[in-house]
Amino acid sequence: MVEMKKGISRRSVLAGIAGGSAVAMAGITGFPGILKAQEKSLKIGAYGGYFKDSFDKHIFPEFTKATGIAVESVAQPTGEAWLVQIEQAARAGKAPTDISMISQGMMQRGAAANLWAKLDAAKMPNVANVMPAYINKYADGSLCGVGAVTWYITLVSNTDVIKEAPTSWAELWKPERAEQLGLLALVSNSFLLDVTAKTHFGGQDILDTEEGISQVMDKLAEVKKNVQLWYRDEAQFEQALKSGEIPMGQYYHDVAGLAAADGHPVRSTFPKEGGINDSGSWAVSGKSEKIEMAHEFIDFMSQPEIQALLSRKVGTSPTVPRAKTDLTDAEFASVSSEIEPIIPRYDMYLQRADWLSQKWTELIVS
Amino acid sequence: MKIKPGKFSDYAAIGFPAGMLTVFFVIPFGIMIAMSFFQRVQGAFYEPAFVFENYARFLSTFFAGILGFSVGLAALVAVVSVLLAFPFTYILTRMARQTQVVWLVFLLSVLSLSEVLIGFGWSTLLSRTAGITNLLVSLGIMDKPMSLSPSFGAVMTGMVYQTFPYTVLVLYPALSRLDPSLVEAARTLGSGPARSFLNVVVPALRNSIVSTLIMVFVFALGCYLLPQLLGKPSHWTLSVLITDQAIYQSNMPFAAAMAVFLVLVSLSLVAISLLYGKKENAG
Repeated sequence: MVEMKKGISRRSVLAGIAGGSAVAMAGITGFPGILKAQEKSLKIGAYGGYFKDSFDKHIFPEFTKATGIAVESVAQPTGEAWLVQIEQAARAGKAPTDISMISQGMMQRGAAANLWAKLDAAKMPNVANVMPAYINKYADGSLCGVGAVTWYITLVSNTDVIKEAPTSWAELWKPERAEQLGLLALVSNSFLLDVTAKTHFGGQDILDTEEGISQVMDKLAEVKKNVQLWYRDEAQFEQALKSGEIPMGQYYHDVAGLAAADGHPVRSTFPKEGGINDSGSWAVSGKSEKIEMAHEFIDFMSQPEIQALLSRKVGTSPTVPRAKTDLTDAEFASVSSEIEPIIPRYDMYLQRADWLSQKWTELIVS
Repeated sequence: MKIKPGKFSDYAAIGFPAGMLTVFFVIPFGIMIAMSFFQRVQGAFYEPAFVFENYARFLSTFFAGILGFSVGLAALVAVVSVLLAFPFTYILTRMARQTQVVWLVFLLSVLSLSEVLIGFGWSTLLSRTAGITNLLVSLGIMDKPMSLSPSFGAVMTGMVYQTFPYTVLVLYPALSRLDPSLVEAARTLGSGPARSFLNVVVPALRNSIVSTLIMVFVFALGCYLLPQLLGKPSHWTLSVLITDQAIYQSNMPFAAAMAVFLVLVSLSLVAISLLYGKKENAG
């Protein structure tokens, strides 16, 4: 595990931050290249922190080099909060960014509110590389989003406290895990209903009906006494996981890998039921006036070489088939797994949003 | 002697604050009330409408429990803060000017810390791996370090820590203006320091104490990060659930309805205590 993603060390992230500030300095001092590039520029949102830093350092400059379009990156918060901001801005006729990276549940919510610009696949030949599962469409079949990256939420543990790597999500239910777990606090970002269904009910079909979901929730309620922390903020859990304060839980495979590469006693395991596979899509705000350049950007990002670059530098899993990339076995294994993933039931989270959030809050609060 | 304002221009001075209050409080509050009647569109956002379902959803034993807990927690934080801050401020005002300034600057610097810093700070201090229990273990008081957070105690500690400097600063002017001859008279008549504090100082500043309690209560009621960072889900306040609805569920109408409820409850509690205070003063 320590071997994984050796491409990103703390040093390179720090260098990325330094690089970012150098660009900012150049902007202030009126560096001519920047001024010229401003004529053709795109505002692009990426999750703030390490994720955006890696994009700023390794990905966006490649795009500018290839197309001459400057990128102004914007740190965006997690999917839900960002979607509310885009929606509020759209009501005022504005676009906070031209392009944003949007998670699947939020893509659908945004589509229901017609927030996304319709895209033209004919202008983006490389989009044909992207696997169909990662293409987002409006109800009328028109294209509104293209898979940017995919990531996994896996079972993570502290190697100092938990000597043997867990193998199954069933580990969460074990009595010896009392007060040892950190889990995501919201129904719509933890995907624990999917995990419980796959682990204890033989698959996600049980989530078709309200009775089925209630059964799954009852099973999930058994985990409550093991949970020390229900977190909304990733930093909160990451700190506790590294120190061993909370030695096990669900977390993002890419960031856990970074922590391990930095020498922290952290491991990320793909359980035998599969890691939770979520993905982010590039979506163009309906209020953006730079739709042509946005097409160029999405086309650029859909190239297999760039998808491979993302895996190496950002630690995400490609949205194009692996065979099209030149990723080695080791490189692919560090960002993904051969085990069939758990794909969240986005339809359920969308159609039963309010009922689920009410039930969920009652489940964990009571 | 009071001079009664006669002409219209005499009221001009309050024009500016009134305008600011309208722009930054009345209008946003009005928008929030309007939004609380909007129609939630599940799986998307909301549409302008006039429906009561957001309020109907709130009227359940579940939310009544959360509201009760939030109000109770804020009240307890207010009482504990004032109990600690009142004697502290009294002693502070009796100190040399120089010492007072040092203390006040220190308290102001604590006040400048954000809720996030306070939350993360206390969660580390109360943790098993790096917390104060390790100190107690090395002193031989405890057998092994333990985790004190998340817990109700941790939430209380964090919130009182946050409100304490605020409480001191609100009480400070009243206590420093207190006529020292009152206490001197009590002492001359043979009452000890503790007795003169309780029988003279406290009753003399009853109104300041009540208004401080109210201010700290309202301040604590809006707290939403500390219960999240230091508490278990059962310690989450209504403010936490409002945030969840507004930010994570994109359910602005329901969040607005809950917020209106919270404001109404706190306003009525404030009104009751003011009314009670007035009666006391009249009698």
